[in-house]
Amino acid sequence: MILTLIRRDAARGLRAAGLPVAFFLIAATLFPFAVGPDAKLLAKTGGGMLWLAALLAALLPVERLVAPDAEAGILDQLAVRGFADEAVAAAKIAAHWLGFGPPLMLAALPGAALLGLDGATLLRLEAGLAIGTPALAALGFTVAALTAGLRGAGALAGLMLLPLAVPLLIFGAGAIQPDGASAMKLLAAVSLLFVTGASFAAGAALRAIRE
Amino acid sequence: MMLAMRGIACLRGERLLFEGFDLVLEAGGALVVTGPNGVGKSSLLRIAAGLLRPAAGAVERPARVAWLGEQAALDGDRTLGEALGFWAKLDRAEGLEAAMEAMGVAHLARVPVRWLSTGQRRRAAIARTIAGAAPLWLLDEPSNGLDVEGIERLGHAMAAHRAKGGAVLAASHVPLPLDGARTHALA
Repeated sequence: MILTLIRRDAARGLRAAGLPVAFFLIAATLFPFAVGPDAKLLAKTGGGMLWLAALLAALLPVERLVAPDAEAGILDQLAVRGFADEAVAAAKIAAHWLGFGPPLMLAALPGAALLGLDGATLLRLEAGLAIGTPALAALGFTVAALTAGLRGAGALAGLMLLPLAVPLLIFGAGAIQPDGASAMKLLAAVSLLFVTGASFAAGAALRAIRE
Repeated sequence: MMLAMRGIACLRGERLLFEGFDLVLEAGGALVVTGPNGVGKSSLLRIAAGLLRPAAGAVERPARVAWLGEQAALDGDRTLGEALGFWAKLDRAEGLEAAMEAMGVAHLARVPVRWLSTGQRRRAAIARTIAGAAPLWLLDEPSNGLDVEGIERLGHAMAAHRAKGGAVLAASHVPLPLDGARTHALA
């Protein structure tokens, strides 16, 4: 049953995955224009810049994650069928990650090439994204559930998500450095915390939408 | 007994919509809640469905209920067959095609939902209700958007459901084709 739900949402997410991926790549393309074509500087700062781009790309799908399903009555139909709100939230977070994390990790390959990152840095970046994007997806979904139906939900979502994502940015960018093993562990810890906490926070938000 | 509501009170914001509402619905029974707009018909049905918590009172309902709300809850970008198939899968429903036939939407199975009219979506939502085969149907303004033929088909569906021992609780501001149904006016 939950798998049916994940499959539906993941299919919808993958169809809309172009937008965050395109945003991520455009941001990576613009960065050298802003700081100049110094290859050494780009290689040094490019990894952190890609993390920032990933963070901002996580904001783009927020408005389509919960509000359309709430308006269409889909959430009501799921609740009537006895799905716990936390289970719906967990399924939707998993589905959102499937349509967001892997495409972003693929886009990081050309992104890293554009900024001249070396192979070892790219490997650490991809590992960090693999660990960190579930947390970004969880945060994005929670914020989407909290802001669904509000006016100016997109802008509000940005104000709510970005401060919460600061630890991910710090440890994600730290994990790119050659001595970033401990930052990688902290990234994993923060990611685990966000992913587990988000199901409950977003579940409560889904319940509040119905009241 | 299909549905029992005892001493239900409903608060929306600071406003008390109704209180002390009692209702018992037996197998094969039907009740239509009537009343002017804004009196709390939809809220009463949402409480019966468990979508809204009552301010006071208790509800006993079967494990499986079918909910027909204001929205069709069908994905606009999928075909009608796929959109209904998603719910049929969640309901482990067998009779989706027969139900679509019964509501006269079987020929629309390959048409994307966003191209369908309000009435066609309504018929499709009723087909999901039929296919789900839940013992209790909760219908919020089920005839909204339906043409005369659609209302007739809805009447046949509700009669067949009650003949099989199902119960219907509906909210409507217009008469529904429900033989021998009790009515309760909310005021």
